[in-house]
Amino acid sequence: MTKDDLRTAVHEFIRKNFLFDAGSPLTDDQSLLGSGVVDSTGILELITYLEETCHVKFADNELVADNFDTIDRIAAFVTQKLASKA
Amino acid sequence: MCGIAGILNVAERHEPPTLELLTAMVSAIRYRGPDEYGVYRDRRAGLVHARLSLIDLASGQQPLANEDGTLWIVFNGEIFNYIELRKELLALGHKFRTQSDTEVIVHAWEAWGNDAFRRFNGQWALALWDSRKGTLVLSRDRIGVRPLFVCAGEGRIRFASEVKALFADPAVPREIDPAGMDQTFTYWTSVAPVSLFRGIEELRPGCVRTYAADGSSEETVYWTPAYPRRGESYPLTLGEATEALEEKLERATRLRILRADVPVGSYLSGGLDSSVTAWMGRKAKEGVFRTYSIRFEDAEYDETEYQRAMAATIDSAHQELVVRRGDIARVFPDVIRHTERPVLRTAPAPLYLLSKLVRDSGIKAVLTGEGADEMLAGYDIFREAEIRRFWSRQPASAARPALFNRLYPYLARSPQQAKGMALQFWRQGLERTGDPGYSHEPRWRVTSQVKRFFARDFRAAIAAAPAPDLLAGLPAEFAGWDSLARAQYLEVVTLLSGYLISSQGDRMLMAHSVEGRFPFLDADVMEFCNGLPPSYKLAGLNEKFILKRVAAGHIPDAIIRRPKQPYRAPDAASFLGPGAPPYVAELLSEDAVRDAGVFDPPAVRALYSKCAARDAAGELFSNADNMSLVGILSTQLMHHTLIRRRDHESGGHITFTTRVDRAVPQQLPETA
Repeated sequence: MTKDDLRTAVHEFIRKNFLFDAGSPLTDDQSLLGSGVVDSTGILELITYLEETCHVKFADNELVADNFDTIDRIAAFVTQKLASKA
Repeated sequence: MCGIAGILNVAERHEPPTLELLTAMVSAIRYRGPDEYGVYRDRRAGLVHARLSLIDLASGQQPLANEDGTLWIVFNGEIFNYIELRKELLALGHKFRTQSDTEVIVHAWEAWGNDAFRRFNGQWALALWDSRKGTLVLSRDRIGVRPLFVCAGEGRIRFASEVKALFADPAVPREIDPAGMDQTFTYWTSVAPVSLFRGIEELRPGCVRTYAADGSSEETVYWTPAYPRRGESYPLTLGEATEALEEKLERATRLRILRADVPVGSYLSGGLDSSVTAWMGRKAKEGVFRTYSIRFEDAEYDETEYQRAMAATIDSAHQELVVRRGDIARVFPDVIRHTERPVLRTAPAPLYLLSKLVRDSGIKAVLTGEGADEMLAGYDIFREAEIRRFWSRQPASAARPALFNRLYPYLARSPQQAKGMALQFWRQGLERTGDPGYSHEPRWRVTSQVKRFFARDFRAAIAAAPAPDLLAGLPAEFAGWDSLARAQYLEVVTLLSGYLISSQGDRMLMAHSVEGRFPFLDADVMEFCNGLPPSYKLAGLNEKFILKRVAAGHIPDAIIRRPKQPYRAPDAASFLGPGAPPYVAELLSEDAVRDAGVFDPPAVRALYSKCAARDAAGELFSNADNMSLVGILSTQLMHHTLIRRRDHESGGHITFTTRVDRAVPQQLPETA
């Protein structure tokens, strides 16, 4: 999966699962945690999705806002992680 | 405590208000006052009243007039200082026929005009009809304990305690107001004068509106929360202020116990505030003192231990109600029929059940601790705002945001990484400390998540006619107040008025004909608390500091020392799983959601499926999903019960014990 594919997939997941496709604006650089779109329980849903879809496991020290706060950062971080695994 | 309604014709061509319509209006809210009914009517105006008799049971009937029968009143509530006012008015030469507080209002208004309201210490919504001048005066108490709604149009002014009484008039439109919904899913409530219904206004608390004979109106604000300027010196030491608060609270409680010709009981939540009011209520009068508590089957919400400790301390006749998850879903449609607003939590439901227990035990009025958290800074939101301000001075600090662990114990238990994620939320807007809404912005941001579900057309309707901006209409002095005072002000005008003392207060109590009395919302107590220096209320992060000093030695230490526990009940989970009542699926169906026109039907379906699946799998819901499901379901119920079904109109069968008809005296029908 390329970084762009991943970005699209995460964008779709959030749109469906957190915004329920009702037309709220969602940009790839918006703060998901800061805006309240994803809250403390929501982040668990998102991480579970990424682990299942991308077949990765995140270590505790990787679960930080720097890696997960925007769709862009998620795409970059997971792509990098997949590359290092390969 | 009662229900009121009425109609004023401003156009001459109109026929007098019909007895049928007036009967239908009062019948819709008969539970507010099932003891007696009264009606007054002339060529231009009609007033109706449903009475819950608490003061002057024998002669306090309404509508009631002045000595020459030209000034008429319908009144819901209590003026607790009526005995003192009555003495003043007697000295001025006024003559009284009854011992009621209602008659005092009439004479006070004759003597002092609209300045009379400033002199009242009480909780009221009332209408005064001056048949000579042709003017109608509407007024509400300082905080809005008692409700009052107005619909003006087509040459008529209609008013009522509840919206459903206005809906008894077929000429009143029945539509959800997008601006009111937008506010609800920001502030937890619409903010008066905005209501949830198009063309209907909620009269603002602390305000008097006068309609002139030509239908034009004028509004005066006689009271608004006010605080000292930042850094202003305060004359009392903490010790002196503690004594003064105790004395004022005792006086307020005594008035609320003794100014009633029936016994008054008290709620006991297990927290500090209701423990203080119950302790003071117990002291006010000899004899049996009744207390009432909600217990929860879910241990997560249960506070039994503290309630029983307090009941034992004051030796009250204590009754408990155990609430189970299924109870909440079962009564929720009735709850929303009474709140007449969407809610984001199910917390009103247990209170609806508790008022029934009170009424069944023969009690008509109870003390509650409502208002203490707003007046004396008890809520987490105040502490959260102070932590964010402190953090904003040193945004790179790790120690400063660690203070959140003291507020939210779940954070302290979370792994370090999860804490970082949570902090990302509070970090947003951290530096904008000068914004007037700084304290509330995180809450409003979370609540606004429900708006994800608004239908496209509904969003467009909000954009086309937006609600007035709360932050643009703040008092001129606001910016000069301390940060805590600013946060308190916002809390009072939003959550306290619109939600706590309404959806969780008046509406749940009156559903079973029980009146709430709130010592912390006494006029003198509020003035005193608002005037205190911030550090007497919130000492560091120690909330309600001065109240804990008042309570020390009288209330069990365990109650004073326990961390503040927000009152909560099981939320979205109540409506899911095999035991869920059928109305949930029906009202969340695409057809029903489309019919109400507020939310996007596929989005609601997706949320409902997601929550149902997570519930079945035993997984947690996110706060946003939890709140959204309750908010959407309650909106659907509001639409279904108030706009579509009209079942409140089937009231009928009212017999008026007070009946004055000056409209067509020669054609009096026998019964209404």
